[in-house]
Amino acid sequence: MLAKRPIPKVPPKSRLAVFKFSSCDGCQLSLLNLEEHLLELVDAVEVAYFLEARRRELPPPYDVGLVEGSISTPHEAQRIRQVRRDCRYLVAIGACASSGGIQALRNWADIGEFVGAVYPNPQYIRTLDTATPIAAHVFVDFELRGCPVNHAQLLELVSALLVGRRPNVPTSSLCLECKRRGLPCVLVTHGQPCLGPAVQAGCGALCPACNRGCYGCFGPMEQPNLNSLGDRFLELGASHRQIKHLLRMFNAYQEPFKQASDHHERLEQQK
Amino acid sequence: MSQTNASNQKYFLPRAGLEPLVRILRQRGYTVLAPTRRDEIISLAPVESADQIARGVHDHQDGGRYRLTQADPEIMFEYVLGADSPKRYLFPPELPLVELRVRGNRFVPTSQPPAIAQYAFLGIRACELAAIKVQDRVFGHAGQDTLCADAAEYYRRTRRQALVIAVNCTRPGGTCFCASMGTGPAATEGFDLSLTELRDGFLLTVGSQAGAALCAELEIRAPTSTEEGLAEMKLAAARSHMQRHLDTRGLKERLEQTIDDPNWERVAARCLSCGNCTMVCPTCFCFTVSDSSGLTDGVYGRTRRWESCFSHQFSYVAGSGPVRSTIAARYRHWLRHKLCTWWDQFGVSGCVGCGRCITWCPVGIDLTEEASRLGRHVPGAGVVPIPKAGGTKEALP
Repeated sequence: MLAKRPIPKVPPKSRLAVFKFSSCDGCQLSLLNLEEHLLELVDAVEVAYFLEARRRELPPPYDVGLVEGSISTPHEAQRIRQVRRDCRYLVAIGACASSGGIQALRNWADIGEFVGAVYPNPQYIRTLDTATPIAAHVFVDFELRGCPVNHAQLLELVSALLVGRRPNVPTSSLCLECKRRGLPCVLVTHGQPCLGPAVQAGCGALCPACNRGCYGCFGPMEQPNLNSLGDRFLELGASHRQIKHLLRMFNAYQEPFKQASDHHERLEQQK
Repeated sequence: MSQTNASNQKYFLPRAGLEPLVRILRQRGYTVLAPTRRDEIISLAPVESADQIARGVHDHQDGGRYRLTQADPEIMFEYVLGADSPKRYLFPPELPLVELRVRGNRFVPTSQPPAIAQYAFLGIRACELAAIKVQDRVFGHAGQDTLCADAAEYYRRTRRQALVIAVNCTRPGGTCFCASMGTGPAATEGFDLSLTELRDGFLLTVGSQAGAALCAELEIRAPTSTEEGLAEMKLAAARSHMQRHLDTRGLKERLEQTIDDPNWERVAARCLSCGNCTMVCPTCFCFTVSDSSGLTDGVYGRTRRWESCFSHQFSYVAGSGPVRSTIAARYRHWLRHKLCTWWDQFGVSGCVGCGRCITWCPVGIDLTEEASRLGRHVPGAGVVPIPKAGGTKEALP
């Protein structure tokens, strides 16, 4: 949660805009996958700009702008500034927008090498050396985490803004959701590395419910203790390399994950 | 459940008598909750027949570790606790409190009070009875009004109707320390019936009038003196095989002096602040109440959910932000509440020695070990090693 200023009350039939930056479109699809709630949503707000859903574009200003994706090209770095100017209330949705996403793995590598290896005519590619979250470029009022975002949290966000209350999006650990559901802990019962104790709640413990460890698509929780969790994974037989890879996924560039994965990379190289 | 005419009468219930017991309870309208095997854990869940109760398994518990292995298929209760306790049913993880709709310019309540199920807890342990007794005080079942009355109403009503058939522990788990806390391994109060498992059946003890009434419908006989003696022996053995201990003499007074103890920082380096200990603790009662509003339907709701003092935002106070901003501060708050300030607040210990917080801590932090370390620090002398009675397994650095 980034917002420090008061939550503005959005008037009824407020104008919603949805923007895409570097991303897979999965978070926008989560909006379209709201099913019966999608009809409620279009009743509640005017969808003024949402290219994935409709061709019509209404001009700015917009009351709420949902931004999917990270900033990875010079053009995007320009465009996000305009988007910020056009939206009264800007929400970064999903792992890419809130942390840089899986494409932020380039931040550890040489982008020139990638471009040369992938494109036959690399001279036409205009890209930045890094993929960074929206908040690294403009002020973001609120963030929804996840790869993709969670339906219930999307609805909660819009519902809360419509009546002018703070969205109820907890920043505590995934374990709280897992235990409320009464799921068997995969770490304690199987010795399986699970990032849950360091990851923000919000998905409803999807992966532990399928008997597999959390891989952290919601990113770090408030004050995660990744040192201790990493030590535990080592005790359970994981290698520094495995721990590094677990942390360098969808939210690799979130500061706590970045620091911890760098730490395990150093130890891996010392070996 | 009435304790007044507890007869403590003993009977022998043959193994085959468990099925009729479940049937009778269900005929009387009870939802029978018993330990069942769910994937790789023992979980308290509704059963329709005694066959669904977990049997033939042993549990192996240690700090941050829980495994089940196959055991004698005839024996039912040679495992102890899973993560779940009766708390899940008396104080549910998520409970809708109210639903409101807008009519004209006012809110109109449209929710019905939640339906109160009639629960029969079958196979819960002595430490869990002690934990229920602790939560009775928290939620005001025992007459005290210590916590917000509205939120406690569901607990009180569910609790009033509940029936308890306890099982005495003959094989303590690896993280159990009920003997230290004076709560087990045998149930002494707070049950309608209690069972001690023997090879061919159970030694049954009547604990209340409701339990006696139930006995009248069961095929039971008087126990032989051998059976009674064997049950006693099994419980004595369980007591002496308890693997963890906590020296409670002077514990509260000792912990009162620990605000600045250097060990808090030490344990905070390991603590994940994930809140698992508080979720599985059968006495932890923290909750949060949050409001919701529908997009267009004009329905507003209020829901109560389990929360944890390990959540940073849980200690958020208007005007000053979270008051417990470090993991050390949160761990200190939790442990001192359990073992020290709970006495001031509720007149009992907040810990019943079930050991769940040890087993289900992802990094295996041991409450008995931490508590025995605290308050023994001598300035300038470094960290004092844990005394032998502290059940230490790990050398200090």
